[in-house]
Amino acid sequence: MTRVAILRYPGTWSERDFQHALSLVPEVESDILWHEDADLAGYDAAIVPGGFTYGDYVRAGAIAKLSPATHALVRFAEAGKLVLGSCNGFQILCEAGLLPGALVRNSGLEFRCDWVHMRVESDTTPWTAGLRGAVLRMPIAHGEGCWVADDQTLSDVEARGQVVFRYTDERGVATAASNPNGSLANVAGVCNEGRNVVGLMPHPERCSEALLGGTDGYRVLANLAPALAGTAPAIYR
Amino acid sequence: MIFVATIRVLPKAEVRDPQGEAVRGALRSLGLSVSDVRTGKEVVVTFEAASEVAAREAVRLMGNELLANPVIEDYAYELKEGVPA
Repeated sequence: MTRVAILRYPGTWSERDFQHALSLVPEVESDILWHEDADLAGYDAAIVPGGFTYGDYVRAGAIAKLSPATHALVRFAEAGKLVLGSCNGFQILCEAGLLPGALVRNSGLEFRCDWVHMRVESDTTPWTAGLRGAVLRMPIAHGEGCWVADDQTLSDVEARGQVVFRYTDERGVATAASNPNGSLANVAGVCNEGRNVVGLMPHPERCSEALLGGTDGYRVLANLAPALAGTAPAIYR
Repeated sequence: MIFVATIRVLPKAEVRDPQGEAVRGALRSLGLSVSDVRTGKEVVVTFEAASEVAAREAVRLMGNELLANPVIEDYAYELKEGVPA
């Protein structure tokens, strides 16, 4: 059985959605852990869900960065354990320095609540094994999802294949019109150099069963157990 | 000793500031020839430290670890001794 910790900070709101989505995945069990006393010992993976932790005060994810759970998460990631952050979770992972770049106000200043398409650029992460080139359709709901980085960081991230998801049209072509928030190079999600930490703005937990209008999120979450068992179509390290 | 630090955070010059662009448009609508607007925030912190050197070190910790994200923002500060007016 693969054990997943789902972190809950003040203002997290997608933790139960993640727990429900993971309940559909065979061989996975999950617990929701309160950030003040999150003990990650014994877990194989950790998920940082979406929400508005600490009201997005200072910057989205900035105050959550200083929570005991985030300090534990950094050690967990450094030990090579698997980490996934979605939406505000992605912002927290960037603020904590676990992922490159930063997420700023959407270029159009709008809060975007919509379905988007994105192409899987790398299948050498535990969450995307076997999905390279797949065009996934997922919901977004964010006001600060514009991924930015300086020129050197972008060039390094591209060269190392750390762009995991890129906003595209439904045919998988990255266009300006398919970029919902002005992200540099249409980046929707990135991984760290060790490839065990992945963050993305879209919400896989909200499209993991047909009743919710899509199942592409399940394709990402269902990779977890095979990745840990070493039976995934592609290995990540 | 009590110190008051006024810390100003602004997006780095190379980072687009869509809020500043919106404000620029609004200021232009007042008939002003505004060429550029950058928006940020100012944070005023009252705190204790053993010396001015320690106080400056504390402010740098505040700036680097929380108030500014070095990937996208710069900060500057003024430090005064005493209590706010």
